[in-house]
Amino acid sequence: MNGPRGTQRPDFAAIANWIPQGARVLDLGCGDGTLLKYLQQTRRVNGYGVEIDDGNVLECVKNGVHVIQSDLERGLADFDDGSFDFVVLSQTLQAMRNTERIVREMLRVGRAGIVTFPNFGYWKNRLHVLRGHMPISANLPFEWFNTPNIHLCTVDDFEKFCSQRGINIVARTVLTGGRPATVLPNLLGELAVYQFGG
Amino acid sequence: MAADKIQDSSRSVGVVTPQVARFAAPLSLRCGAALRDYELVYETYGTLNSDRSNAVLVCHALNASHHVAGHYANDPASTGWWDNMIGPGKPLDTRRFFVIGVNNIGGCHGSTGPLSTNPDTGRIWGGDFPVITVEDWVDAQARLADHLGIQQFAAVMGGSLGAMQALAWSARYPQRLRHSVVIACAPNLSAQNIAFNEVARQAIITDPDFNEGNYRAQNTAPKRGLRVARMVGHITYLSDDEMANKFGRQLKNGKPGYSFEPEFQIESYLRHQGNKFADYFDANTYLRITKALDYFDPAFDYGGDLAKALQPVIAGMLVVSFTTDWRFSPERSREIVHALIKNRAPVTYAEIDAPHGHDAFLLDDARYHRLVAAYFERVHGEIPS
Repeated sequence: MNGPRGTQRPDFAAIANWIPQGARVLDLGCGDGTLLKYLQQTRRVNGYGVEIDDGNVLECVKNGVHVIQSDLERGLADFDDGSFDFVVLSQTLQAMRNTERIVREMLRVGRAGIVTFPNFGYWKNRLHVLRGHMPISANLPFEWFNTPNIHLCTVDDFEKFCSQRGINIVARTVLTGGRPATVLPNLLGELAVYQFGG
Repeated sequence: MAADKIQDSSRSVGVVTPQVARFAAPLSLRCGAALRDYELVYETYGTLNSDRSNAVLVCHALNASHHVAGHYANDPASTGWWDNMIGPGKPLDTRRFFVIGVNNIGGCHGSTGPLSTNPDTGRIWGGDFPVITVEDWVDAQARLADHLGIQQFAAVMGGSLGAMQALAWSARYPQRLRHSVVIACAPNLSAQNIAFNEVARQAIITDPDFNEGNYRAQNTAPKRGLRVARMVGHITYLSDDEMANKFGRQLKNGKPGYSFEPEFQIESYLRHQGNKFADYFDANTYLRITKALDYFDPAFDYGGDLAKALQPVIAGMLVVSFTTDWRFSPERSREIVHALIKNRAPVTYAEIDAPHGHDAFLLDDARYHRLVAAYFERVHGEIPS
């Protein structure tokens, strides 16, 4: 479901910036648990990862992360209302079938949600499409025919999605090459990181 | 085949010898009765470290025993029931852990049970042996831990009814274990589970040789009933698909014989399992173990609130279920996980996609064994060296 997670990803530091010490965190589509492990080490967070893939679940166990094997498409029935400070969905939003439902579930279970996704409006992606091909990059490493990313969007698309649903964007960081892109983020930003509340 | 055996033996704990622990202090049982004194038969594998912190208790399920791994000196075929899980280089690695298997109270493999002598009468307990519960077993196991000088287990582990003991341990003696490994479990039996158990019990109780449980005095045994009981049990251990794969509609002679002899392969299989079981297992034990299953319900004393029942849990919990297990389905394990998450307990949950049904917990499955191995790696990492 996720992109490669073996190495430290640029969105991790941006996410960690928003998370205070000792927070309760639920990491949806947590992959091999790298982010949670990082947050445990740098922010002493408590929480769980949710992951569907057997191999990733095994890696989470090896990483010392508490993981719940579950399909996010089934919702978050294992988790009670308001039981986490932050619910994180990093680089998974674009792979969800029911985007709206998972965002609602994040806000039910957590006080705040954090999502990260590759900005499809990034100029290099636009260039790929202008040249007549689907983009392939570090953030979008798949071919069109084997990509799990069925709901790609741009920074502007996501903000419109939130405003139409009364979802309050608390903070935004758009990154390019691991650095904040402050000018024309919808064009110059590669990876979007959002914090939102109900 | 020979090469396999050699490879297997290098990963086996080898020859093992059961031991007996005697307890003179009475054990109060949940049913209100008490055992004045009792014995527990157990086996150990590996070496207890100097600060006694690497012990793992393995709890057995319905028909198994203290003989978890290895084999007996005079019988190389007497492999322990979880030998694929426990041994040098296996998921529960005996080079690192001191592993204990114990036959539960009420059992028929040597621990005090219906085959033992009732000290009050001087006769075999038989049908008079009290009804026992999972909690009683756990209490007795805690005394065994005292006896062995183990204040805190690195982990308590079990599958099915054994998992119920591991779960009960984590709530009943929270300080006495650092991890609990709960495989193919349920927080209680469903009405359907109880129904199957009751059919099994009625098969035994209505056997003319049952004699209210005092069949030993008559030198008989309700073997017909026990056979049917085991056949019913086996139906619930396999998934529909697994049964179809293993037996399908295969006929032993390739064509129908229009008789009541065992013709379909599944009939032969069930009869074989029933016969084998009736030859070595005690009917009174079977009745009591199915009752222990039926009564297991930690939430019962807490108005049905499992989270409340599991409130004391501080151990790290590994909960594992199997997708095709319809006896204790993944949904039942999720109830346990949900309660633990509610309590903010440290829990990891894995749902193994295995075709074998409930029996999967006993079988070799690479993903399952890798996961358990990784978890025990973590458990081992926490042991101060």
